[in-house]
Amino acid sequence: MSTPTNLKYTASHEWVRTEADGTITVGITHHAQELLGDLVFVENPALGRKLKAKEECAVVESVKAAADVYAPVAGEVTATNSDLESTPEKINTDPYGTWMFKLKPDHATDINGLMDAAAYQAQVDSEAH
Amino acid sequence: MTLKQTSLNENHRDLGAKMVDFGGWDMPVNYGSQIGEHNQVRHDCGMFDVSHMRVVDIRGKGVRDFLRHLLANNVDKLVVPGKALYSCMLREDGGVIDDLIVYYMEESWFRIVVNAGTADKDIAWMKQQSARHAQAHPGCYAGSEVPENEVSAENKEKTGAAATPQDEPGAEQAEKPPLAITDHPEMAIIAVQGPKAREKLWAAMPGSQKLTENLAPFSGVVVGSMFIARTGYTGEDGFEVMLPGQAAPYFWNALAASGAKPCGLGARDTLRLEAGMNLYGQDMDESASPLEAGLAWTVDLKSARDFIGKDALLANPPTHKQVGLVLLDRGGVLRGHQKVHTAHGEGEITSGTFSPTLEKSIAFARVPDGVQVGDEVTVAVRDKTLAAKVVNYPFVRNGKALIGS
Repeated sequence: MSTPTNLKYTASHEWVRTEADGTITVGITHHAQELLGDLVFVENPALGRKLKAKEECAVVESVKAAADVYAPVAGEVTATNSDLESTPEKINTDPYGTWMFKLKPDHATDINGLMDAAAYQAQVDSEAH
Repeated sequence: MTLKQTSLNENHRDLGAKMVDFGGWDMPVNYGSQIGEHNQVRHDCGMFDVSHMRVVDIRGKGVRDFLRHLLANNVDKLVVPGKALYSCMLREDGGVIDDLIVYYMEESWFRIVVNAGTADKDIAWMKQQSARHAQAHPGCYAGSEVPENEVSAENKEKTGAAATPQDEPGAEQAEKPPLAITDHPEMAIIAVQGPKAREKLWAAMPGSQKLTENLAPFSGVVVGSMFIARTGYTGEDGFEVMLPGQAAPYFWNALAASGAKPCGLGARDTLRLEAGMNLYGQDMDESASPLEAGLAWTVDLKSARDFIGKDALLANPPTHKQVGLVLLDRGGVLRGHQKVHTAHGEGEITSGTFSPTLEKSIAFARVPDGVQVGDEVTVAVRDKTLAAKVVNYPFVRNGKALIGS
């Protein structure tokens, strides 16, 4: 699966989409879901929770393992995808079309510090060796 | 460290398997979807490469006497050739060295299949105990021929391989031991499992139907250089086929062509947990008594027979037991090492997972003896305390859920 070029990425395998209103939408990458295998449980952060950058804020669990999801930048949780409570496997089938939570960033410019698709893909490729 | 490979490694890579380091072996964890593979075995037929497990043949006069002493289960239950018995092999202090399946082939030949991670340790222990037993009970071996060379020659003929013994038993001793303990790392093992496993094997292997149709569960039959046993680790019907490694890729492809779907070790783990089967290294090990690991049914304490570890088991009655847990709350997945709080004290999960069949999280836990089926307990799952119910296991057998909601 190719890495969408309209998104930004973190070293910890979250993808980030900047919306028109300045909020960001967060999910986990194709590579992350592939490492985890079939997902069976997702726990999102509470609405209104204020997160620091790189703070553990969500959990995804597969049949094999549990993994933390980190806040890409500092901000406040404005929405969470409650569909994932009953259908966590959507992340496996459509990782870039399935969001987990939305944040209102404390500083809009923080997004610029995230990786673009090429840089993220290079990281994934280097991890494979 | 270079990972060890089974003779099917190329097949797995050609199929696009996700390969992982499994105790030093390069093994497929899945070929796409672990849950898909799990369900395939429950409803149709899947196949697993389990060649990392080791076949060990013990031959010679007196082998039954030796196994009566070596194993916690009683090989005297084996009266029909081909019949299999599940047993633990214990230390003197009752700790579990390994769990294994022993097949009664002939009166002077028993075949044992041991776990991959423990194989070398197991074989060293067997050889050491064999030498000791022979010294203490020479009468068991009276008139015994030294069968070592004979066995090697026969295996060469059977497999076409240079099946030399891994090391020379007796190298450190002046006397040749009376039993030949020979492992067969050159043998592959393919498990064909599921309600349709029989028909898939028969389709893949012309002539096999006649030979295996009347095979009783937990029995095996020699078919040329192969050994086909109606055993498994999934809770479904099926076979475990042992065969020369060189023939395994061909046989694997024939099974695939007949509709047996390749399944990885990920699905094998969720299947065995649902089926209520222990995993060595997780549910028991050298620090655990089999009586506290849900394996009392495999330990024969009734017969007068003496076996290694018996005195220790009798001297230390169990204070804990293994139970099944079903997670009642949402909020995570039960996993090994999570702490369990009960009205009778603390316990711990030994194996846990998400059950694809029940669509709930399930686990084995070692808990204080007073805990009863039906009790509600709590489990520390990450930063949460979640409620779980104590249940009998197996959770699933022959495709059917045995646990009510």
